Amino acid sequence: MRLDDPKLKKIEPPKLSLADRFYLPQVAAGLKVTGEHILGVIFKDQAFTVQYPEEQHVPSPVYRGVHRLNKDEEGRPKCVACMLCATACPAHCIDIVGATAPESWPDREKYPESFVIDELRCIYCGMCEEACPVEAIELTGLYDLTGLSREEMIFDKTKLLSVFDVTRDAEPMKFTTPPPAGTGPTQALESPVS
Amino acid sequence: MTIWVLIGILIKILIVVGVTQGTVAYLILVERKIAAYAQDRIGPNRCGREVGVPFALLQPLADGAKMLLKEDVVPKYVTKPLYILAPWIAIATAMVGFAVVPFGPVGPNELINFQIAPNVDIGILYVMAVGSLAVYGVILAGWASNNKYAFIGGLRSSAQLISYEIPLGLSILGMVMIAGSLDLNRIIAWQDAHGWGIFYQPLAFVLFFTSAFAETNRLPFDLPESEQELVGGFHTEYSAMKFGMFFLGEYLHIITACFVTVALFFGGWDMPGLNVEQTGILWSLLKVGVFAAKVGLAILFIMWIRWTLPRFRYDQLMDLAWKSMIPLALINLVATAGVVQLVRTYWS
Repeated sequence: MRLDDPKLKKIEPPKLSLADRFYLPQVAAGLKVTGEHILGVIFKDQAFTVQYPEEQHVPSPVYRGVHRLNKDEEGRPKCVACMLCATACPAHCIDIVGATAPESWPDREKYPESFVIDELRCIYCGMCEEACPVEAIELTGLYDLTGLSREEMIFDKTKLLSVFDVTRDAEPMKFTTPPPAGTGPTQALESPVS
Repeated sequence: MTIWVLIGILIKILIVVGVTQGTVAYLILVERKIAAYAQDRIGPNRCGREVGVPFALLQPLADGAKMLLKEDVVPKYVTKPLYILAPWIAIATAMVGFAVVPFGPVGPNELINFQIAPNVDIGILYVMAVGSLAVYGVILAGWASNNKYAFIGGLRSSAQLISYEIPLGLSILGMVMIAGSLDLNRIIAWQDAHGWGIFYQPLAFVLFFTSAFAETNRLPFDLPESEQELVGGFHTEYSAMKFGMFFLGEYLHIITACFVTVALFFGGWDMPGLNVEQTGILWSLLKVGVFAAKVGLAILFIMWIRWTLPRFRYDQLMDLAWKSMIPLALINLVATAGVVQLVRTYWS
């Protein structure tokens, strides 16, 4: 870029008035601002602090926290082991081993024999949730995910299903109407979703 | 007889050291609280809740215990004797300044003189001299650390303190000339008779207080530390109680600076209704209380400033000292000298 380029916008620093250059009026103005905040917290309870263990922060409905595997009303995992979430996952943290569904489950061909999510690799982007054709995987509002070891943070199918049990009352499934029939693996899933 | 005087002084030293160290511990809590309030937070409020102590009043104990129990790392590459000496200098110079600070009324008629070394004629000069020694702690720490950030911090500190000593010294001379004494007690007594110093020397007060910020390494003049550019400045390599001693030294320095400010410009223990003639022990304690309250307000103000103003850039810092504060202090000094001379000649 040339210096005489007409598109070049020249920005001058603002000229300080005499009072500004004495600092003190500006210092007083700054003291007023912080003073208002200090007195506001003391007398008007302005603080944003949440007293954590006693008070719990409620995240917004679209918050993306720990995953859960939804169950249908018979208590079976809704997952049909189609691998779309594992394919969509940019962090490759989902590991599914599919198996042929038992004879007693006529509505699907496959079910996940093992469904493992590495919660430490996950970037909580929500792509799995978007990819899932049967609304089997969802991100919940649980944000206080802790553990004492890396192994502990690898959630298997049982754990993910138990997350559903913990959160089903507070957070009903995001899609309560079944998706339109005739679309891929959901074809056979005709029972209304709880 | 002399032995009793000695014991009395020792008791005073013990009380002063104990009280000031305890005060420093709680000042850190107050500082954290004010920091939190200024940022719309609540700040420490848990420590001690289990045992029924409100407002996190046990937090200073926990902080102190942490300082004492942490591992004291001495890196291999430091110049060890100076490295170990530096925090002691920082704390010792800050403590020694308290010798002539009057905590309350002092005089021949008082039952107790609230001063460790009463009636020292050079009072204020001594405080200034000892106060400026504190820079040795900072420079030695920066140099002995053999670390470029610490070294830059130490260098900045030396330049800054040399610059701000001048307006600091010049601005007290006005009050010294008006009151006609270097003894803090006589300056306070003069203010008791004629009104607080800030009404006579407002410019000197502003200059003195600003320089006091620079002297105590407080924001907006904490360039020797400046966490964002120099890691931790001169105390980058210090840990555990050695770091704690720098911290302690800084806060002690703030207390001294506030005592001197209040003594010079806010009448010390003087309030409407209190005067030199009231000498009983109750009056004395009341005066000590008034003095301490004023000092507390000054310290709160310093903390309030800290969370208000960002740090000065280094060239701005030097500009402010050499191009603004020193000329203003000189003008103030000459004008005061002229007025004092006129008043002495024609009105008395």
